[in-house]
Amino acid sequence: MSGLDQVTQDLLSLISDWDGKYKGAYNIRVDSTCAGRQSSDNIAILSKDDKPGLEIRVRPGTKGEKVSIPACVTHGNVDDLVYNDFYIGEGADITIVAGCGVHTTTGEPARHNGIHRFFLSPGARVKYIEKHVGTGKGKGLRTIDPVTEAFLEKGAYLEMDTSQIGGVDRTTRETRCTLGEDARLVIRERLLTEKDQNARTLFTVTMQGDNSAADVVSRSVARDDSRQVYESTIIGEAKCTGHTECDAIISDRAQVDASPRLFARNEDAALIHEAAIGKIAGEQILKLRTLGLTREEAEARIVEGFLS
Amino acid sequence: MLELKHISWTTEDGVRILDDVSLTVPDRKLIAITGPNGGGKTTLAKVMAGIIAPDEGQVFFNGEDITHLDVTQRAKKGIAFAFQQPVRFKGLTVKALLDIAGGGNTSMCDYLSQVGLCARDYLYREINQTLSGGEMKRIEIATVLARRAPLSIFDEPEAGIDIWSFAGLIKTFDSMRRSPEGTLVIVSHQERILSIADEIVLLDSGHITAQGSAGEVLPILVSDGMAQKVCDRKERAINERA
Repeated sequence: MSGLDQVTQDLLSLISDWDGKYKGAYNIRVDSTCAGRQSSDNIAILSKDDKPGLEIRVRPGTKGEKVSIPACVTHGNVDDLVYNDFYIGEGADITIVAGCGVHTTTGEPARHNGIHRFFLSPGARVKYIEKHVGTGKGKGLRTIDPVTEAFLEKGAYLEMDTSQIGGVDRTTRETRCTLGEDARLVIRERLLTEKDQNARTLFTVTMQGDNSAADVVSRSVARDDSRQVYESTIIGEAKCTGHTECDAIISDRAQVDASPRLFARNEDAALIHEAAIGKIAGEQILKLRTLGLTREEAEARIVEGFLS
Repeated sequence: MLELKHISWTTEDGVRILDDVSLTVPDRKLIAITGPNGGGKTTLAKVMAGIIAPDEGQVFFNGEDITHLDVTQRAKKGIAFAFQQPVRFKGLTVKALLDIAGGGNTSMCDYLSQVGLCARDYLYREINQTLSGGEMKRIEIATVLARRAPLSIFDEPEAGIDIWSFAGLIKTFDSMRRSPEGTLVIVSHQERILSIADEIVLLDSGHITAQGSAGEVLPILVSDGMAQKVCDRKERAINERA
């Protein structure tokens, strides 16, 4: 694909499986404009009429296709806002990759705010991969504020794999999901904050249909003077099972607040929460040192495994 | 291979755990260290691996004074250590740990099968709370096998091991000492492990109180009730695998 500068291509490689091109349907958003788009026979990508963003429509029964909709902010003084809506047809089974990279070197702030809504028809299955990264030198704040809303109809399945591994100074990550009968939601979050970065994660899952299930797991590492707030609320309004877990490794002067909350509104709602915050166990470092790693190598390996 | 000279170590609250212990571990021999709980066995093993720094005395490895080398440096010299209570790692797989241990060599299936685990079932398992104590122990031993180190130290390898794996473990130790890397130090109470040792060292209250071949020392330990006999089922399992 011609016309994309090196900063954009580097960001695309970090946040998606970009290798000079995409397979399948895609839309590349760079500094609030469209830098490339392709629909497929089964996946239509259309511009919204009323506000910035896309409407992505997946035909019922579409199987094994991937749609990539990366967004990049490549310099300071950009405040990007986009609304993307995904309509997934009945029985479809697809992967959506929606990473975001922000880059600034000028000392001016760069921000991307992506509001994604997913409407999963009965029996639809979606794997949603979202990678966030900040790059570039200078003190300009790199901010990514994603909002994800998902509505799962009967028997739908959404697996959300979301990660922010480095470079983002400020983020509020808000996710709200509503589950119908027999719907299943799996969320895996990976988060790393360093220096004076701030990250706030808010998950709200409402299980409205009988036999719905949600599993929300966050693993994070907070270093230096960074600060993380994790709040997840699982609401069981029907016969359902819900699990939320937050595991954080903390070091230096970092702070982590974790508040998993369970709201049961039905006697057949079975809900569990777990939260653990602590530094890397000395025994873990010692074990890896007996295998020949230095203390620093051992810590890096433990963090890498924890966030993988 | 390894020589300890006049090693002493006292806890922070003043309890002398090791008191002037000297011991030589010859090349390609299996040395078993046994004795009552609290006698200093684990501490002595940890002094060998550099996990505990002695207050007094020196440690030599192949003639080199390694007293002031830390755990990592000793590991790189070729000393491997299996912990009595293995640690769990959220996120790290069995394969990742064996990769670190073995430097990426490809015999991971062999190491797992030697400890009675099927590679297909375990390689991609996380080393977390879903593994039982016995599985953890077997993976710990596999990480030491994967190192193929000139000196391997095992701290109570039999604890938490089921019958089948125990039989396999005896066989593994027996074949390890026949290999070029085969110098072993095993801390154990277990008669079957002691019986395959070239030399048994009895450590009691921080002193070596008896030392000699299995033939000489084991009968004394058994008559004093200091060596645990295996149950009949374990004995049968060992004999079947022999």
